[in-house]
Amino acid sequence: MIEDIGLITLTIAFTFSLYATFVSAYGGWRGYEAWVESARNAVLLVFPLLTISVVIVVYALYTLDFSLAYVYDVSSQAMSPFLRVTALWGGQQGSVLFWAWMMAGFVAVVLVRKWERDREMMPYFIATAMLTTTFFVGVVLFITNPFMRLWHIEGADELTKALFQPANSMPYFPEDGGGLNPLLRHFGMIGHPPTTYLGFTGFVIPFSFAIAALITGHSRGDEWIRTTRRWTLVAWIFLSIGLILGGRWAYDVLGWGGFWGWDPVENAMLMPWLTGTAFLHSVMMTEKRGMMKKWNMILIILTYSLSLFGTFITRTGVISSVHAFSKSALGPAFFAFIGLTFLGSVTLLYLRWDTLKSEHTLESFISRESAFVLQNMLFLAITFAVFWGTVFPLISELVTGTKITVGPPYFQKATGPLFFVLVLLMGVAPLFAWRKQAMRALGKAIWIPFAGSLGITALWGYVHRMHPASILGLWLVTLTLSLILAEFWKGVQARCAARGENPLTALFNLIGRNHRRYGGYIIHIGVVLIALGFIGDANFKMETQGTVSSGESLTVGDYQLRFEQLRGYHGSDGREIVEAVTTLSQGGEAIRNLNPRRDYFVVQQQPVTIPGVYSTPGKDVYVLLVGWDDTGKSATFRIYVNPLINWVWIGGVMMILGTIIAAWSNPAQREATYVIRPEVLTTQPVPQEG
Amino acid sequence: MQTMRRKLMSVLLILVMSLYAVSTVSAQDGTGYPTDDDVNRIAKQLYCPVCPNTPLDVCETKACEDWRAQIRDQLSWGWTDQQVIDYFVAQYGERVLAEPQRKGFTSLVWFLPLIAILVGAGIVYEILKGWRAQRLAPRATAPPQIAPEVLEKIERELREMD
Repeated sequence: MIEDIGLITLTIAFTFSLYATFVSAYGGWRGYEAWVESARNAVLLVFPLLTISVVIVVYALYTLDFSLAYVYDVSSQAMSPFLRVTALWGGQQGSVLFWAWMMAGFVAVVLVRKWERDREMMPYFIATAMLTTTFFVGVVLFITNPFMRLWHIEGADELTKALFQPANSMPYFPEDGGGLNPLLRHFGMIGHPPTTYLGFTGFVIPFSFAIAALITGHSRGDEWIRTTRRWTLVAWIFLSIGLILGGRWAYDVLGWGGFWGWDPVENAMLMPWLTGTAFLHSVMMTEKRGMMKKWNMILIILTYSLSLFGTFITRTGVISSVHAFSKSALGPAFFAFIGLTFLGSVTLLYLRWDTLKSEHTLESFISRESAFVLQNMLFLAITFAVFWGTVFPLISELVTGTKITVGPPYFQKATGPLFFVLVLLMGVAPLFAWRKQAMRALGKAIWIPFAGSLGITALWGYVHRMHPASILGLWLVTLTLSLILAEFWKGVQARCAARGENPLTALFNLIGRNHRRYGGYIIHIGVVLIALGFIGDANFKMETQGTVSSGESLTVGDYQLRFEQLRGYHGSDGREIVEAVTTLSQGGEAIRNLNPRRDYFVVQQQPVTIPGVYSTPGKDVYVLLVGWDDTGKSATFRIYVNPLINWVWIGGVMMILGTIIAAWSNPAQREATYVIRPEVLTTQPVPQEG
Repeated sequence: MQTMRRKLMSVLLILVMSLYAVSTVSAQDGTGYPTDDDVNRIAKQLYCPVCPNTPLDVCETKACEDWRAQIRDQLSWGWTDQQVIDYFVAQYGERVLAEPQRKGFTSLVWFLPLIAILVGAGIVYEILKGWRAQRLAPRATAPPQIAPEVLEKIERELREMD
């Protein structure tokens, strides 16, 4: 019965969302303050209402109430209580509810915190954000409802899922459920969906403010950028964490020895990340120079639309098969909503285009301003290449009827050179001054790191002379890293000289004095380390596969893997485990026992290959148990040597750290708002150019 | 009861183990051509014709095992890598290729990003030129008067930024 309460609160939440959307828009338009306040109160109720629904679903998952179809699909008796709770986002119905709930939470927090500050924009902020929330709550309520029950209709072979009792049916109570997809039972996949959704839904805040700014004509004041800066950072970092956890999950569970496969689902997540990253940079230009206002709008509209698009293709599976589109109402509903969001925002942007004039002009082609423009364009070009490769199979099937695959080789070739220039720019651009950069000064700042990087690359090139293709990549990483470190070095040195601090204190104070700048640099270091991981993966990866009998060895590089024996046992969560006992040695010396295994989930009839990994900062030796013969006397292994792969995870942690520093408010900067633009410009009308 | 259960489980385990035992159908002696690595070299360039977005060399389904065995047979008959790949394309269509072809309609997947980059470069140039032109053009109205203390504050903040 308690589930009925969840359904009721869900229904009320939908009504209130819809109410808030229209009442706030109308109230804002006609200037009826009371209407807007009423909309606000409705929003503040939507979140607790949805919370009740979410808690009830979690409770049903936890107590294994199999009368609910969703619980039957994703939970089972063999699952630990923790896994049962995480099953909330283990299937479609729960995921979408979770999405809607988080979005409502974000909007509620904004209304509590920013209500007084951005009063004029609020009606339209509420309308935009709640329109999206209404859509998601509506999808949960009408299309993919987690409160649907199982019914057995007389004479039917299959069970029916429905909210209310169909004619001639009996409620059906299964004894046990199917349980969570075994592949998803990993910390990466438990953390990946919530962080990704936090990232996706987090972008609704800057997006809604941008739309509100366009509608009210406040876009010129750029107030919305300052209001949403931290929101954007939070959304961005959750999206980044989601990407990293997803990569880690793929590496640990999918059993192909890699962490990024350019799969449509991965691309769907990468695209909003790319445009979101461009947006984060672009707003700096507006804050400091009052330029690139149009860019900000374009980028946030793209980021948000791509977030929706990402949810669309992960949830409907439309890319792998066109037929998935029409299987449920979900595909068409999403498609229509994305179209509405995108076209609506673009139209609005078009109408307000002229209000988004740049307040400054370009003094020199070699300046921070130019670097920002180039950077934005690079991010957009990469996004386009990824988007095009992701949707092309669909286009091909629709136009010519031929199914094709666009695999990793395309993405590597199409985006590799662009990423190269982008990383280079990341190292060089912070050295450029605003307005105008004197070449002589730039040369002076660059030459030591540049010469150093050439020296180190020459040394590396000599060591890795078997892999000439890697040299360029290694040079790029070395140069960029040394340029960033040189920035830290200069700051530390200046503080040491001026204040007599010791280097460590100086570094600490340096970062403490300007969180945004040095937090940003730390993120950049993280990106360089991730690039290093990709370079290792692209150039130095080795692999072999072979079948060996007990006591024999397989060789890859200077590693040998000796197969000892197979053993089988029962594992937790209803799995049968077959594990190989092997010894890994290097140059004849044993270094580690590895136990690659195959877990067979009996109920789901699904095998999961768990690698045995010997992990060092330099490289991972990653062993998969591919198969074995009846007697257990011989087995087939696949061994990957994955160089530098750990730097991807280390870089990821650096990125998170840097973002936390950058988002931390800076006591020193709270007073001076750090704007070069003369303040008179914001109080007096901007002179019209020409 | 307990022993009964354990017995049952071990029977099940053996069953499971033998279920997977088929994966080493062609246990090689490890030296003869074609090796697993030869097969994977080709399978890596192909996508599983039935499962969505799974490269053939890592796909765990029975069908894919058979396809890999087929590649092995073809190699042992003396086929070249290209012949094997062509065979798969002829048999299952273009979708088995990991890297899309550069001909026909499919070539669009390669060309459009190139065109986009050129257009993007053009836009960057236009934007920068536009900003320059605005600067060079004479202003219709006089620049706003800036109070000396504001100017000083700007200068100070500029210095701090460096």
